[in-house]
Amino acid sequence: MAKITLKNLRHSYFPAPKGPEDYALKEVDLDWQDGGAYALLGPSGCGKSTLLNIISGLLVPSEGQILFDGNDMTTATPDQRNIAQVFQFPVIYDTMTVYENLAFPLKNRGVDAATIDKRVREIAEMLEVTDMLDRRAAGLSPDNKQKISMGRGLVRDDVNVVMFDEPLTVIDPHLKWKLRTKLKELHQRVGRTMIYVTHDQTEALTFADQVVVMELGEVVQVGTPVELFERPAHTFVGHFIGSPGMNVLPAEMRNGTAHFYGHPVALEGPIKSGTSGKLEIGIRPEFVSLSDTGIEAHVRKVSDVGRHIVVEVEVGEHRVSAILNGNPPAKGDIVHLQFQQNQTRLYADGWLATDIASQEDAA
Amino acid sequence: MKTENQKAWFFVLPVLLLVAFNALIPMMTVVNYSVQETFGDNLFFWEGLGWFEQILRSDRFHAALGRQFMFTALILIIEVPLGIAIALSMPRKGFWVPVCLVLMALPMLIPWNVVGAMWNIFALPDIGLLGYFLNHVLGINYDMTQDPVAAWVTIITMDVWHWTSLVVLLAYAGLVSIPDAYYQAAKIDGASNWSVFRFIQLPKMKNVLTIAILLRFMDSFNIYTEPFVLTGGGPGNSTTLLSIDLVKIALGQFDLGPAAAMSLIYFAITLLVSWLFYTLMTKDDLN
Repeated sequence: MAKITLKNLRHSYFPAPKGPEDYALKEVDLDWQDGGAYALLGPSGCGKSTLLNIISGLLVPSEGQILFDGNDMTTATPDQRNIAQVFQFPVIYDTMTVYENLAFPLKNRGVDAATIDKRVREIAEMLEVTDMLDRRAAGLSPDNKQKISMGRGLVRDDVNVVMFDEPLTVIDPHLKWKLRTKLKELHQRVGRTMIYVTHDQTEALTFADQVVVMELGEVVQVGTPVELFERPAHTFVGHFIGSPGMNVLPAEMRNGTAHFYGHPVALEGPIKSGTSGKLEIGIRPEFVSLSDTGIEAHVRKVSDVGRHIVVEVEVGEHRVSAILNGNPPAKGDIVHLQFQQNQTRLYADGWLATDIASQEDAA
Repeated sequence: MKTENQKAWFFVLPVLLLVAFNALIPMMTVVNYSVQETFGDNLFFWEGLGWFEQILRSDRFHAALGRQFMFTALILIIEVPLGIAIALSMPRKGFWVPVCLVLMALPMLIPWNVVGAMWNIFALPDIGLLGYFLNHVLGINYDMTQDPVAAWVTIITMDVWHWTSLVVLLAYAGLVSIPDAYYQAAKIDGASNWSVFRFIQLPKMKNVLTIAILLRFMDSFNIYTEPFVLTGGGPGNSTTLLSIDLVKIALGQFDLGPAAAMSLIYFAITLLVSWLFYTLMTKDDLN
């Protein structure tokens, strides 16, 4: 078990990358603490699988270093790194029984039969596959196959990290929830570092203590699920996490105050010095309310999603979503919007450009 | 209750007619010949199972059958592992893939009698490239027209040259269908190259290999044109395989009754062995 450090990591699939657009991974610096449950969240093609393969050693980065407890492992093979990985599609050895599948990684490392037996039975117990141990693995259902792949990752008790590359993609929705809970439980039981790659925010937020959000080959924010939700460091995080995502509205500065569509908007705190570039106001739909005064808008769509009501309004040509808890307006109504001040932020070129006001309680 | 739709039979009918005319009816005439003695003027006498008994007891048939099994066994033993080895060493992606595939497919595109003729000329001791090279450059005494061993080596080499590609292409198709994740998982699980072959590649190739072995068995067991053109069954009878012997009896000696009986026995053996192969190779899939 080890602390994993990524230092100035860059990777390009081209032999001679010319500009930043040739890099699948642009400058990543990250620390993964021993025993943590991490999620790597981002849309398809954001570089998260590249990053995962670099950590596991299936890929050698173009630049930068990977350290395990301070030891340089940049060019070490997956086998030398002593890591485990679970893939998107379950990988099982068809001709072996479930027992032999689980025993395989230990057998290859020359572990004695008694220890293998003990470990395999322990893991089978945790995964609730004990009654299938003697069955041919080829005949199992996809979710059980994926459990076996996970089991092969967990069976070695000395692995540095277990990585999951979108492991629930091929699993039926009702079993996804079960396996996700199982994973969380397994993490608590074995206390191993786990990195979970996904593009599904629910999976990431339920599994991880720390979520790493990536976009276009860059890490845009690292934080707990609550932090990501409450104070997105980048408009992408705000938009990607939450349902519906954060409203990102064009802003302009007039006399030191942010304006949206000609209306002054109060921000959570002072604007960072040196802020320039494209300015945007970010506010989550949860903190937009309707009132008698405020920014005039007309209602485009009202959808009742059960727990609350999502109202989509238009201010000029800009769409704004609001989450309400009752008394929804009707389609076509003219309404007035209020933004909750301590949740209203300014972003410059996508990045957070306001500080929390010191005199206010920033909950 | 489920009502059964019988319409499907109607759609099968054309195929049934076609098969009847090109296979069933000709075969029934063979059956007809196999139980009768024929003279000129279309005179037929009932012979019962006499011809079958005669063939099954004949040393000539046993010898030809023995040679046939030896031929098939030898080419399978060589072509299957060789085909797998070539498929494993072929590139999986990039510029060389189509080049390799075309090179591999070339021998199979050549008509069978041309293959026989090519190898015949190639192997002739004094004028053929191979024959001349072996005799006059390496100093090995090689003459397939005189020496049975040389004749056997030549027909086996010819078949390997002609048909290993089929095994290669099928095995290759099985190999490229294996997702990268399997190899990556094996690396992470610490598997050796042998384990990767044994537990990933071989199981994934199993289905296509079953087909390859079946096809190679049937084709080689029924082989006629190439050895006939190459050696004509000689020297002596040393390369007279079953089909060559059958043609000798039917068209050389015009013994239609024994030839018909032999055809049916030949057919039954091919069918039986194919069935055995298939059943044995797929029995694991059932559980």
